[in-house]
Amino acid sequence: MVREVSESCLDSLLTEVVSCYCNRFYPNKHDLAARRIEAIGYQVGHQLSERYTMERPRFNDHLEAIKFICKDFWLELFKKHVDNLRTNHRGTFVLQDNKFCWLARMSIDPFADSGKSPEDITSPTAGNKATHAMKMHLYFSCGILRGFLSNLGILCAVSADILTLPTCAYFSLSHTYTEITL
Amino acid sequence: MAPVAPRSGDAIFANIERVNAELFTLTYGAIVRQLLTDLEEVEEVNKQLEQMGYNIGIRLIDEFLAKSNVSRCVDFRETADVIAKVGFKMFLGVTASVGNWDAEGTCCSIILEDNPLVDFVELPDTCQGLYYCNMLSGVIRGALEMVSMKTEVTWIRDVLRGDDVFELQVKLLKQVPEEYPYKDDE
Repeated sequence: MVREVSESCLDSLLTEVVSCYCNRFYPNKHDLAARRIEAIGYQVGHQLSERYTMERPRFNDHLEAIKFICKDFWLELFKKHVDNLRTNHRGTFVLQDNKFCWLARMSIDPFADSGKSPEDITSPTAGNKATHAMKMHLYFSCGILRGFLSNLGILCAVSADILTLPTCAYFSLSHTYTEITL
Repeated sequence: MAPVAPRSGDAIFANIERVNAELFTLTYGAIVRQLLTDLEEVEEVNKQLEQMGYNIGIRLIDEFLAKSNVSRCVDFRETADVIAKVGFKMFLGVTASVGNWDAEGTCCSIILEDNPLVDFVELPDTCQGLYYCNMLSGVIRGALEMVSMKTEVTWIRDVLRGDDVFELQVKLLKQVPEEYPYKDDE
């Protein structure tokens, strides 16, 4: 029997970490806060990859590893599969989750400025503060994915995007290069 | 409408959304590790963990009250029992016990044998003085403050420091009566 805790434990912990780093430690330095949050995720992903791939043979290629993430890994973490996987066959994968649980209960600011580009998170105006907070939460998940893959020898950059607020998140993994360990 | 009976910790835990404890344990560990890297001083990390716990506790109490249907506790003894039997169970899935009451009934120990926060955890020698689970003490302090009790929560025993159980001392400092938020203007 897998040990469990209440979902609100994890939710509260994540919310508090994001709030702590964004508002208390680095109040006007969103880049620094984001990097720290991503680093925490990286650590988690790294350790999870050891535990979840212990009993299976080595992945033959990147696609197999990504498919493992989409099915088994997502299932362990979020109790569902990734809803959609796309690739450009040149090293970039896009995972789409239509109801990403860590965003599912966030409220949307009705006055959010939807015209702004989603990549511009360094200077949140009053209008897209909600989106900014959500992106901060996504850094943690990006870190988990990056950490997970790096322990399998797949070094990549992971970025996330919110398509239809608030419940759809893309994770775009573009792999930089593969590290082969003998 | 007849009052709803309070639910046991097991019943609540069985009915709420649950997640893999490993993810929670590893996330907590990664947070402590990152705090140690960023803050460097163990005392500062202890303080931040307690503060984070406090911020979590002041919100967690709402969920606790909503889901557990406990009625107002008659005295601090009942409060401690409820924390140990219902609170810990419904969030962390483990039951704690209460002991070491003082004569006035304002100070007790909550003893935890099984703690999901510390699965796979070992403290290196460089972390002497770290209270790894200090977030728990903040959570209890924050939650109790929201129900009008000012408390002081300190660690007496810590498994990561070589003891056999986790023992948290909860001392009731002051019962703050609920204030009516509006001034009566005559």
